[in-house]
This record gives sequence, structure tokens and C-alpha cells, in this order.
Amino acid sequence: MNVLYILLIIPILSLLGVLVAKKDRAIKILSLAGSILQLLAATGITVYYVCLRGDVGSSASMLFESSFDWFAPLNIAFSIGVDGISLIMILLTALVVIAGILVSWKIEKQTKEFFFLIILLSLSAYGFFISTNLFVLFFFLELAVVPKYLLIGIWGSGKKEYSAMKLALMLMFGSALVFLGISGLYYMAGEYGGHATWNIQELAKISLPVHVQEILYVILFTGFGVFTAMFPFHTWAPDGHSSAPTAASMFLAGISMKLGGYGILRVATYLLPAGAQNLSWIFIILASVAIMYGAFATLMQKDLKYMNAYSSVSHCGFIILGVAMLTKAAFTGAVMQMVSHGVMTALFFASIGMIYDRTHTREVDKLGGILKQTPFIGTAFIIAGLCSLGLPGFSGFVSEMTIFVGSWERTGLFYRIATILATASIVVTAVYILRAIGFAIWGSIKNKEYLLLKDATWSERGAAILLIAAIIIIGVAPFLVTILIDADTSNIYRQFLLNNI
Amino acid sequence: MIPLSHILIVSSALFFLGVYGFFARRNLITILMSVELILNSANINFIAFNKYLYPDKLDGVFFTLFIITIAAAEVSLALAIIINLYRRYNTIDIEDTKEMKF
Amino acid sequence: MDSYGISSLALVLLPLLSFIILAVAGKHFSPKISALIGTSSIVISALLAFYIAGGYFFEFGNISGAFTKQIIMQFNWLQFTNDLSINLGIVLDPLSVMMLVVITTISAMVHIYSINYMQGEEYFERYYSYLSLFTFSMLGLVVSVNIFQMYIFWELVGASSFLLIGFYFTKPSAIAAAKKAFIVTRFADLGFLIGILMLSAGAKSLDFFTIIERLTTPGSAYLANFSGSFIGMSALSWTLLLVFIGGAGKSAMFPFHIWLPDAMEGPTPVSALIHAATMVVAGVFLVGRLFPVFAISAPDALMIIGYTGAFTALFAAIIACTQTDIKRVLAYSTISQIAYMMFALGVAGWGADKSEGFTASMFHLFTHAFFKALLFLGAGAIIHAVGSNELKNMGGLRKSLPITHITFLIACLAISSIPPFAGFFSKEAILSSAMHSNPMIYYVGLFTGGLTAFYMFRLYFRIFWFKKPEVHAHNHEVHTWFMNVPLILLAIGSVVAGLIPFGHFVSANGEPLELSIHLGSVVLPVLVALTGIATAYLYFARESFRPEQSVARFRLFYNWAINKFYIDEIYLFITKKVLFNLIGRPIAWVDKEIINGAINGTARLSMKTSEMIKPVQSGRTQTYAMFFMGGALVLAAILIFKFV
Repeated sequence: MNVLYILLIIPILSLLGVLVAKKDRAIKILSLAGSILQLLAATGITVYYVCLRGDVGSSASMLFESSFDWFAPLNIAFSIGVDGISLIMILLTALVVIAGILVSWKIEKQTKEFFFLIILLSLSAYGFFISTNLFVLFFFLELAVVPKYLLIGIWGSGKKEYSAMKLALMLMFGSALVFLGISGLYYMAGEYGGHATWNIQELAKISLPVHVQEILYVILFTGFGVFTAMFPFHTWAPDGHSSAPTAASMFLAGISMKLGGYGILRVATYLLPAGAQNLSWIFIILASVAIMYGAFATLMQKDLKYMNAYSSVSHCGFIILGVAMLTKAAFTGAVMQMVSHGVMTALFFASIGMIYDRTHTREVDKLGGILKQTPFIGTAFIIAGLCSLGLPGFSGFVSEMTIFVGSWERTGLFYRIATILATASIVVTAVYILRAIGFAIWGSIKNKEYLLLKDATWSERGAAILLIAAIIIIGVAPFLVTILIDADTSNIYRQFLLNNI
Repeated sequence: MIPLSHILIVSSALFFLGVYGFFARRNLITILMSVELILNSANINFIAFNKYLYPDKLDGVFFTLFIITIAAAEVSLALAIIINLYRRYNTIDIEDTKEMKF
Repeated sequence: MDSYGISSLALVLLPLLSFIILAVAGKHFSPKISALIGTSSIVISALLAFYIAGGYFFEFGNISGAFTKQIIMQFNWLQFTNDLSINLGIVLDPLSVMMLVVITTISAMVHIYSINYMQGEEYFERYYSYLSLFTFSMLGLVVSVNIFQMYIFWELVGASSFLLIGFYFTKPSAIAAAKKAFIVTRFADLGFLIGILMLSAGAKSLDFFTIIERLTTPGSAYLANFSGSFIGMSALSWTLLLVFIGGAGKSAMFPFHIWLPDAMEGPTPVSALIHAATMVVAGVFLVGRLFPVFAISAPDALMIIGYTGAFTALFAAIIACTQTDIKRVLAYSTISQIAYMMFALGVAGWGADKSEGFTASMFHLFTHAFFKALLFLGAGAIIHAVGSNELKNMGGLRKSLPITHITFLIACLAISSIPPFAGFFSKEAILSSAMHSNPMIYYVGLFTGGLTAFYMFRLYFRIFWFKKPEVHAHNHEVHTWFMNVPLILLAIGSVVAGLIPFGHFVSANGEPLELSIHLGSVVLPVLVALTGIATAYLYFARESFRPEQSVARFRLFYNWAINKFYIDEIYLFITKKVLFNLIGRPIAWVDKEIINGAINGTARLSMKTSEMIKPVQSGRTQTYAMFFMGGALVLAAILIFKFV
């Protein structure tokens, strides 16, 4: 039995458990136990992978592969396999899910449905990262959309119905494009490669004609890009993240946006190198615009969650830039940024959620003195902020610098200008982060009622400490991450060398 | 003999009279009568083609018998529906039965 | 690793350990224990620094007549590409060893001083943890082997400075000052980052010494990578200029100087440590580190540095003459003195006869640390005693603060470069190197020296003289021995530091350099300084009409100077009007109205289309039948025309 099935079985068992359980407390403990078990399993599999990789070398690009036929007439097989990039994303997911569950400990309304949906979301993410068959990948991608809609629409705040609807429809638009792209790949593989297949590894070996690649690249990049809030399809993110309940925001911004990044890397870039080579400039422009645009839009926001959402648009712009720059260091940087941003934004949303739970406002003007009254929450927010602006010692620095160095490798005025625009965003990021810290966290207490606020509970502390530890570990020991993903980004980059680009 | 075309013209006239009646009348029973007209015009067509084109076969006559039977069954069904409709809405005006819309 | 290696590692890591302990568990310790942990770690580091300096300068550093770099340790931290990687390591060379001594000594003094100064403050342990963080970051910066490693510690230094300036985080002015400091230096750091990227792309390495070697051998292939030119300066010069911009931000060169005066919102010992002796010299250190590349391959960049330094020195000195807050005066003085260090580098060249400026700059860095820290700590004692920063609340304090008085006087004499105090030797060296290469800068330096003496003694006379001491004045200092000891020690340093034969140890190429003092060239600067002191005496030693008279005569210029030449207003204008209104607001508008509008518009379009199509389902049977009939007719027509 393939080791990877454990990653699917644990969430499914948690789902069943949650369905059957009667008391709220049991549901919460069960979900927490399931997610912790999942993290342990993921860590175990990673260790096993590293040992195996040491033996096997880089002959097989993916390990732990297995597949069984699901729907033979259309060549759809449920094939799974992992490499370093998938594993690090799975670890990220497990971490953020634990933190999300811990932060939601005090949910009262319809707990069973809430935790059921969260675990379902995580299941779809795990499935997405381990599938090597494009159809199955798409299946898991789609599986996530309805839970998001329900989570935002029922447990959200603010204009939740509107945000939920907008998010669901825009993401479905993205998935429609994705499906178009992968079906195109399937049929084109049949036409030009001999036999039609959905399998990623087989598709990588087929060389499609350039004009076909170009069309499919644009479609797939845009489709996955909608998930990563690529400009101009990013508007679902501010409303969606802000109206969602805390755990859902953490998952949405932390994991769900990375599904798109992973898809761009694994599907659009890996399988269509010639198309990427010719048309990546479109997405470099969009990414640079997203970085600066997101940063400036964040500056003008008055609501902390909107601020963080636009900031996510900006930071995910880095991911897109890295993937579009087509150098190995840039790919590595993009993967690192996926991990780093995932943890950082989860921490941010967690602390904002904690603030909101206590003060019932997210307006920067009304807050003030959080650090004085609730030092733990204030410190968590400051750490998330410092990571966001790329302070060394935290994970944001290593990922952003890798992307900058990787992007700078491409000579040519266009690429250099794009990179300079991206680097210039560190200044704007500093401005908005420090503004938020200055008004909301520092400062004296503006509202007398805040004097009664209590600091973080044990579950909230646990979530924050978990995420802070991850940020610091990656920031101080980035070689842990690069060891895992280096061979795989080289692998993807080799596609470009093989095709003589 | 009367040319075939004359009989076809009669049956077409009957057909379109029936169609007109279906579209233009308000009383459900009258609409039912128009449907009967349509059916019977098809009958005339069958008999005429049978007599003039294939005199030694009886296929057209068989079809006609079928249609008569089925028309009878359909009319009884329709009348049952009309009676139920009357019991619900207290009217058999077709303009008053517009509830199955957007 | 030998004992020196272990010592250097310990030296750098002890403050980090202290930071971690105090940050995580500081709340649970009593203030005494926190202070003990923080202070002892830094004092041990200071002793280790002296040990290493002794070893380096007298034992193992000198290899065949020149001091060479010794890389103690290095490991690969983050590999970007095959050529480029961030390595973390420790290197000992004259520059870094000197800086280690300076940083640890001054930091130790500040730690000891703060035991009394910060007594009773809320968040006392957090203060010591931030100080440890800062010391660690600064130490890491100076021992960096890799330019990206230096960038890492550069940013960490900036973050520690932010936390320390914003220590009184409930005060809006402190918050604003911390933000300003971070953002201005961040903007400069952007230049630094782009410079690093360009340097690494050309020299294909991120290691300092590899870069220096590759870019200073004439005709090397790497130099050819920088062959393009833009407005008359080579690409290498532009790259180095960008790197210098980073340094200019941290070292408060015009126009990035605006954060330093505001940074005085932080506690005074912090100002002594960060904004006098250590962080602000990071820019000078950076140029010094890359000096061979500047001097050999990009002399026009060096020229720009020289002019920027000279201008800033004069500019800041003029403003310092008018400020009324003691810490502001000292802040502008710092800007001015650092500018001296910067232009000393700017007028230096490569080669035994031209590199005097390098040694002079480093010498001034060394001596300045002592007397400037002393000035700030003394100012702290004064502020503590008087309860206010403003000069108008001070006067006649020489009896109530005797130790502070004498040490402050020593520091003022040192900074005014009166022999035989430390500042004399270092400033003389700077002026003499300027005289040999760029007379205009020499005259600017000379005049600024006079202004320096003037404004420093303005402070001295105003604070300690000006009024008759009060009859019942009691000595404040008997309660604060932890504050007095550092003052005394730093005063001793300000006296003797100048007597060290600095050129023997620190020079651009490692070989010993004789810094000679020509009696002829020395007379003029000393005379100018004495003039400044005399003017200050006339104006400020007693109540006098002279200050008002001068102000009235130069009213316009005085207003400009006291308003700091309105640079802060320009900064505010750029951030508020340009960044926010011209860029931010339109973008937010575009996002809300146009992009979001398009999405909402699509939704509205779908709704409208739906509304238009809906009436087809009218519920009227006869309408349905008509459509049915129409369809049947169409089908019949098609069939007829196809088959007949």
C-alpha cells in the first residue's frame, strides 16, 4: 500500500468522526487530533522521502508513485506521487490546518459543519498536492470550491454573501480555464504524442508544437493564476479573505492561493516549456504590476483584514514573478515564497482574528494600544509584520531574496526593470506594515473598553507559536527547505535546457 | 374522380382551422374540439392517400382506426385534467391558468 | 579552531544568547537579573574583543609586513545559483577588529549606564533584550564575509533601531520617529539591494574578498561586465553609488539624514549607542569595506562620496548652531562628524601616499565613538537632573553635576579638535588628507570645524555656566554611580585614544601608515577652533545681547536653519501628497471602481440578460403551443427542401 494514502485516509477518518460525534468538544478534539496526526504523518513521509532520495538519486523525479485505473475509457487513472515541492506544500498545509483549528476553538455556531468543511478543504489540498494525473488534480481543485463558499457565506462577517458568491464564481472561472487547458493537453497529447494521457510525467516527455504550447500556456497560467489572485483577477481575494472566518482566511490565503502557484509551476511551466519561453513576459508584466499595485492598494486600506488581503496579492505576485522568470533560482524562490507566505499570512490572519474577536472592529483608526493591553497578540502581529516586510531571520527574507537574485539572472532591460519594480516594493511594504503597527498595535489605548480585554488563550497561543516557530526555522535555516526542493526545481528547469531554450 | 389535391386541400383547411382554434380560443373544451379537428384532418389525409395511391392496401385505414382510438383515450384524459382544473381554479378559461411560469 | 576563533564566535553569539533569554523569559526575571544578564554578556564580549584585538594586532594578524584578513569560519547558508550564495562567516581584519572593540566597549558602557538611567521603567527587561539584539546585529555586520550577510545584519540593525526608537511606544512622536527611521533607511537599503544584485551579476560572487579581488585587477573579465556607461559614469560607478546610497541612509548623509534627529525620541542611552557610535557608522564601514574597489576601479563614485560628505558636514553643522534641544544638537553634530568620516574616504585614493584619508576616516570613527557616546551619556545625566531636553531650562549646572561637567568639557574639547584630546589627531589627519587631494573640501572641513567648536561650546557654556549655580544645589550624582563610571571611562578614552598610532594598525592596504602631524598645517584648524570657542564664550557664558543681535541680523537664514532647511517638510510632502494621493488613492480607486466594477458589471449583465429572457416562460399554454408549431413548421420545411 502506498504510503501516501495515509495522507488521504487520516482526513477522511476525521471527517467520518466529526460526522458521528455528538458533542462540540468531541468534534474539536477529534479535528485537532486528526490534523496533528496528519502533520506527524507528513513529517514522517518527508523523512522517509529524504532517506529514499539519498539512495535513489535523481533518476526518478517523483517517489512513492502508484496508480490505479479510475475511468479507463478516458485514460483517467488515480495516480499519485510526490517530490520535494509537493512534500513541502503538504507540510505547510498540515501546519496551517492545525493552527486554523486551534484558532477556531471558540466557534459556537454549527461546529460540526464548520469543522467538517475545514477538514474537507484540507483533504482537497492534500489530494491536489499528491496527484500526478491532471484530471485527479482538477478533481481535488474543484472539491475545494464549495466548502469555501459555505464557510464564508455562513460563518463569515461583513458582506459575506456577496464575498462568498464572488469568490466561488471567480474561482470557478479559473477552474473552467484550467479544465480547458488540461483537456487541451490531453487531446493534443493524443494528436501529437501518440496516445492521449492525463499523466504529468508522460506529458512532460511529449513535445507539442510551439503554437499549441503558447495557447495552452496562457490558458493554464491564467486559470491557475486566478487562484493565486493574479492581477487583474485578484478582486475576489480582498472581499473573500476579509469576510471569511479566521480559520477559513488562514486556509484561503495560506494554502488555497498556493494551489494556483503549484499548478502554474507543475502544469503550465513544466509541461509547456516552449510556450513559457515565448509568452512568460505577459505574466512577468502582470506579476510586477500585482506586486506594486497590491502594495499601494494596501497602503490605502483602513481595515486590517483588507490590508492583509491586498498584501497577499502583492506577495503572491512574487510567486508569479518567480515562476514566470524561468530560472532555477527563481523557481526555488517561488516555492520558498509559497511556503513562507503561507505561514506568514496565516499568522497575520490569526492575530487579526484574535483582535477582532475581542474588539469587534478591524478598523485601524479605532484600534490602538493592542501591545499594551494584550502583549502576546501584539507581538504575534509585529512578528508577522516584520516577516512580511522581509526582515532577515524570518522566512520572508530568504524567499524574496532568492526570487530577486533568480530574476536578476535574466539579462535584458525588460527583466531588470521588472525585478527593480519588485524590489522597490520592499519600501512600500515597510510603509504599510509600520503604519498598521503604529496605529493599531503601538500607541495608547483609544477605547476605554479595551482595558478589559484578555490576552490570548492557550489554543490561540498554540496556533501563533506554531506558526512563529515555522517562520523562524525557515528564516534561520533556509537550507532545510532548499535541500528538499533543490533537485526538483532543477528538474523543472531542465525542461528548458532539454528543449534547447 | 375528384382529384387528390382537392381532398388534401380540405384536410389542410381543417388542420389549420384546428390549429387556429387551439391558439385563439379561450374555453378549454373548445380547444379540445380543435385538437380533435387536427387529428381528424390527419385521418382524412391517411384515407385519401390510401384510396388514391395504394388502393389494394389497407395500411391507411389501419392508421385511421388507431388515431380514432387514441383520440378517444386522449380526450378522456384531457377531460379528466379539465375537471380537476375546474375544481382548483373554478374556471375553464385557459388565460387563468398561468401559474407555471418563472 | 584556536582560542581566538572561539573567542570571536563567542563574542558575536553572547549578545544573541542574551537577547533570546531576555526576550522569551525576561518578564519572569526581576529587573536586576535582566540587567545582570544583559550587561554581563556584553562586558564579556568587550573583554573578548580586547583579547582578540591584542592577538590580531600583535600576534597573528601581521603577515609579512601587512595586516591581512583571517577568515575564522564560514558556512554556506543559502545557495542561490552555482556562483552566488549567502555564506555566513566571521572575518578578522583591521577594520572589523577595530569595530569589534568600539562596538563592544561603547555597548558595555551603555549597558552599565542604563542600569541607573532606565531604573523603574516599564518593560525594563525588554529594553535590555533589544540592546542585546542590536549589539549582536552590529557585531555580525562588521565581521561579515559576504555582502549579503552584511545586508542581513544591516536589516537586523535597522529593525533593532526601530524597536529601540519606538521603545516608548505609547507616545505618538516616538512611533512616528521609529517609522520614519525605518522607512528612510529602508528606502536607502533598496539602493543597497539593487547595488548588491548588480555587483553580484558582474563579479559573479557575493563574497567580499572575491568581489574586491575580481574588480580591482585591471583588465579582468569581471570588470568588462561593467563596461557600459550612463551619463558619463561607468556601470561599476553606478553600482557602487547604489551601494553607497544604502550606506548614506544608515549614516544619515544628506538627503537621508532626516531620520536621525527624530530618532532622539528613543531613550538617551540608545541614542548614545546607536545614533552616535555604532549604527550610524555602518555606512562608513561599508564604503571602507569596499574601499579598494572604489579607489581603484571607480574613483568618480568616490568623488561623489567626498562631495556629499563635505556638503552634509557643513549643512548639519549650520543647523546644529540653531537647535534648542540638547539631543537635537548632538544629533546634528553626529551627522556632521560622520560626514567628515565619509568625505575623508572620498578624498582618499589607493597607494601609500594617497590612502591617508582611509586611515583618517577610520581613526575619526574610533575617536568619535568615545567622545560622542560621552556627550550623549552626559546629556542623559543632565536631562535626568533637569527633567527637560530644552536648553532654556538649563544653566549653571557645574556645581550640581561635577563629574558630568568635567567629562562633558573633555568631550567638547575633543570634538573641537583641541590638542591633545582624541578628536584633534583624527580630525587633523582628515584635514591633511583633504588638503592634499581636494582643497575645496579642505576649506569646507576647516570652516565646519570652527562651527563645530562653536555649537559644542554653545552647549557647554549654556548648560554649565550662563547662570550662577544655585546656592542649595545638591550633587545629583551621588545616587547614580552606574551612570558616572561610564562617563569617566569614556572621558579617559577621549583623552588617550588620539595617542594610539592608528595608522600603524589600520590602513587601506594593510601596510602600516605614518600619520604625521605637520606643525604648520595644524595651526590653522586649531586657531579656527579656538575662535569658535571664544565666540561661544562671548555669546553664551553669560546672559548677553549678542545672540539676539546676530539672530536679528541674519533673520532669514536663521529661520531657514532652525527649520532644518525644510527638508522634513519635503519628506512629508512626498509621502503624503505623492505616495498617498498621487499613487495610492488612484490605485485604490481603480481597484474599487474599474476592476471590481468590471466583475460586478459582469454579474449585473448576467442578471439583466436573465431578466430579458425570463418572459419567454410566460406560463401561457397557447404561447408554448405556438412555439411548438413554429418549430414543427421549420422542421417540415427543412425536410421538404432536403428530400424533395
